[in-house]
Amino acid sequence: MEKRDISDTSFEKYLSEEKLMGSKCNKCNTLFTPPRPLCVKCYSKDMQWIEMSGKGKLAAFTSIYIGPKSMIEEGYDRNNPYCVGVVELDEGTRVDARIEGIDTKNPETIKVGTPLTVKYLHKQEGEEKKTCLAFEPL
Amino acid sequence: MQKKRKLGRGVAIIGAGMSKFGMFKDKDSKDLFVDAFNEMIASVDKGISPDEIDAMYLGNFSNDFFTHQSHWGPIISDIIGLAPKPATRTEGACASSALAFREGVLAIASGFYDMVLVGGVEEMSKCSTSEVAEGLALATVPYEGKVGFTFPGVFGVIATSYFAKYNASHKDLMSVTVKSHSNAPLNPKAQIPYSIADMMKNKANSLKKRGKPVPNWNNEIEFLSDPMANPPVAWPMHLFDCCPISDGASCILLVAEDIAKNFSDNPVHVIGMGQGSGRGFHAAESLTSFEATKYAANEAYNMSGLTPKDIQFAEVHDCFSIAEIIHTEDLGFFKEGEGCKAVAEGLTRLDGPMPINTSGGLKCKGHPVGATGTSQMVEIWKQLRNEAGKRQVPKKDLRIGAAHNLGGTGGTCTFTILERR
Repeated sequence: MEKRDISDTSFEKYLSEEKLMGSKCNKCNTLFTPPRPLCVKCYSKDMQWIEMSGKGKLAAFTSIYIGPKSMIEEGYDRNNPYCVGVVELDEGTRVDARIEGIDTKNPETIKVGTPLTVKYLHKQEGEEKKTCLAFEPL
Repeated sequence: MQKKRKLGRGVAIIGAGMSKFGMFKDKDSKDLFVDAFNEMIASVDKGISPDEIDAMYLGNFSNDFFTHQSHWGPIISDIIGLAPKPATRTEGACASSALAFREGVLAIASGFYDMVLVGGVEEMSKCSTSEVAEGLALATVPYEGKVGFTFPGVFGVIATSYFAKYNASHKDLMSVTVKSHSNAPLNPKAQIPYSIADMMKNKANSLKKRGKPVPNWNNEIEFLSDPMANPPVAWPMHLFDCCPISDGASCILLVAEDIAKNFSDNPVHVIGMGQGSGRGFHAAESLTSFEATKYAANEAYNMSGLTPKDIQFAEVHDCFSIAEIIHTEDLGFFKEGEGCKAVAEGLTRLDGPMPINTSGGLKCKGHPVGATGTSQMVEIWKQLRNEAGKRQVPKKDLRIGAAHNLGGTGGTCTFTILERR
């Protein structure tokens, strides 16, 4: 694997390659998602990349009816809400993500604790390519 | 382990004022601050000349975005005649002016200044709702913003997490809304001075006028449960769970404690002060608590030697209904998971044992973000001096009040304990 700096830029590049990456402290073994360049537990800077399994469960969520411009442009509005949430990964860390494959118009049917698997939402192509981290029910 | 903090010398409030909060087409940030400043000057019992003020700290979150004008410290300092004295802007999202207050206290406690004006201003209503949403979302944690979180969305997440943990539901938050709306009509500065019962009647009348069918709401809870009257914004946060978009300003005049009696018959003393930083959902210890609030509260309680039981009333940062519940638990007023029950039982009403947000809170008083922190202190000042009019807390011997301000998604939290002696 090519050596990349532990940074948000690298994290996003990995997402565009459909890899959910974290970082691990080589001194105290603490895991971080998104990856951190410094261990905030033992203050070591000896960190390495680690690929996450991409499995987890829904820790909390919201169904958004009034979104920012970028989401309105994707076609979301009062009649077509989108869901975002916090996912607790099997490895024990958390990530913020879009939640897909659930009934966003009936959010009372969405249950905290639902098992999820990672999904990558690619937007645009080439240099402009951006990938949004998402999860959907297993 | 947090150290016990103390001030190098005591600091007291001798004046406080705020503009009306609302959406003003014909007033800008300068006009609003002048309103707040004039009220503050008039509140100094023995009078004051502005040329006695040594410096100013001004909280402002994002007028840069909302008004396309930055660098508000000297602009405000000039309009009230303080220039060329130093003016420093502080930014901590929705806690910006609580940071100005803190810097002012520290500057006096250090011995550098004797009298400092602190305050805040924000002018948001000239932007569209989606522009404001975008502007506010600048204060989320980057990982949250990137996947499409909005501010109501952040608190929606906290609510679903809270509901799952404590087996609660959106209905449990409605008594917070009803309570805030019952205090607001008593506050002449409030942006939404209407009870839910009044708003229910108004909605029915307007539907009738437009020849539309009027639902048969039997009470406020039925009204708030109707998605036509109270539509979802970021489920489970509905319209009536969210504070409005506001313009406004507020300010506080601080002096060294040993000269306070030269200006005021009844100064209010700063006895506890704390500030903490938070880390976003990916790294937070809990999704149903703000660690920055707990850190700030611990610092303020330690400094004052007080416990939550000693606080007689408080203003807390109720940007959303669920936020008020979380804060009253984090600050130790109620046990974790029991905040909703406390509100439903009336414990936080104006005439209850622990009045919360007597001003109507951010929900009804309004939330011009940079002005909110010091406007909370204006309320504590008025209540402690028995000057809160119709919304005066009826408790006897009101001596100790506190204000909790939250910025961003819990990134910056402050807690300040004030005492009348």
